[in-house]
Amino acid sequence: MNLLEIQDLSVSFRMYGRGLEQTDLQVISGLHLAVRPGEIVAIAGSSGSGKSLLASAILGILPGNAAVYGQMLYKGEELTPQRQQRLRGSEIALVPQSVAYLDPLMKVGPQTGGPAEKRRSLFKRFGLPTQTEQLYPFQLSGGMARRVLVSTALITDAKLIIADEPTPGMSLDQALEALRLFREMADEGKAVLLITHDIDLAFEFADRVAVFYAGTTVETAPASDFKTGPEALRHPYSKALWRALPQNGFTPIEGFQPYAGSLPKGCLFAPRCPYKTEQCIKEVPPVQEVRGGEVRCYHGT
Amino acid sequence: MALEAQDVYFRYNKKQPWVLEGRSLKLERGERLALFAPSGRGKSTLAMLLAGYLAPTQGQILLDGEPLPSKGVCPVQLIYQHPEKAINPRWRLGRVLEESGSLQEDMLEAFGIERPWLQRFPRELSGGELQRFCVARALLSGAQYLICDEISTMLDVITQAQIWNVVLAEAEKRKLGLLAVTHNRHLAQRICTRMVEL
Repeated sequence: MNLLEIQDLSVSFRMYGRGLEQTDLQVISGLHLAVRPGEIVAIAGSSGSGKSLLASAILGILPGNAAVYGQMLYKGEELTPQRQQRLRGSEIALVPQSVAYLDPLMKVGPQTGGPAEKRRSLFKRFGLPTQTEQLYPFQLSGGMARRVLVSTALITDAKLIIADEPTPGMSLDQALEALRLFREMADEGKAVLLITHDIDLAFEFADRVAVFYAGTTVETAPASDFKTGPEALRHPYSKALWRALPQNGFTPIEGFQPYAGSLPKGCLFAPRCPYKTEQCIKEVPPVQEVRGGEVRCYHGT
Repeated sequence: MALEAQDVYFRYNKKQPWVLEGRSLKLERGERLALFAPSGRGKSTLAMLLAGYLAPTQGQILLDGEPLPSKGVCPVQLIYQHPEKAINPRWRLGRVLEESGSLQEDMLEAFGIERPWLQRFPRELSGGELQRFCVARALLSGAQYLICDEISTMLDVITQAQIWNVVLAEAEKRKLGLLAVTHNRHLAQRICTRMVEL
């Protein structure tokens, strides 16, 4: 059974214009995602594609002007606001994206919570000196602050960890250690939702990869397909991601992700897609099963 | 013509350990240097010293043999690791860009900065979108040296490649000296002419 299941999720923000004018800005639309126990699911995709918003939606910490539609199930039961409040921080833990989430007026030791012994062993595994506990956040380097943030989530007994870009600023071996810790947790039967731009590392540790674009999932595939290369991938955007990696050519595709206020009518990727046809411009492609993965493309092979 | 750190020491106060101890570094105009080190070794501190945001406890930072100017726009511009902490949260983004010079249509285009974003507040944009403003702001100011402190780790790889291609083109055109702090060796090999371990 899925630990977390998200069906046709959409999130929109109410924006206020001049006077009494209001508009709804749809930032996530028609999103599907499932996470099973024992699994690391990596979420890759463009900046501003709604990855962090998804994390906030699962935890129920979206700002007040957000509206959420669709279904989110945790252990087969609906995630209601009351249930989210009960679960977050205990059963579902977050590694926040910004190091600004640390309380600037509190030393980092007390901030991690949990038993001191566990904190020390986590800090040790991350190569953080014991004195780190006595420092304030402004005295930490970017990578140290990240490692503290990851510790705050790992110290809980959460069944589901949502790690929102846990590795920037960490050196390669520290990032690998963090991912190894996530892998160990998953192997114990927990689950990790790993939002990351270090996709080359994610491919090595994750079981499946979901690719986000403009607020929806364009492809979900086994991580091994991403290791194989673009020929094993199904969606043109996933292929473009692979080719933009510095070790794979560093060639970006042209154009930019559409702004949430002016999304195209059909496939969201169509304006940048080399394979687009009339159908792509007119209609949003449905999710299709292709070679053991899911893809939202008429031409996915 | 070079930016130089000469035997630089830094610590926050006398009770704290040294963050940097006797470091030297030289960056020439037109050169692109990658700086590697484990986290917590003082890379960002060195970046802040080079851009004049911190003063070294001992040692000196020299630009063409002179100390950094204390007035006017600093010719050494630092682009931070965390764009959400580097932009005034109460300013609309148009104002953020105009502070460092008049808007150039071609640069907005190159960075993929869309017109409607200029009306928005920083909290209404994603980290990757904000970082484009930070890079554009530094280039608009007419800097001679760019210190890029992990500027692309929070961006998706396509945006990374787009931004670096613009930065590299500008660096070539203006003969900028560029220091890139990064943990990604693949990236460093792509963008830099020389690599240094701290």
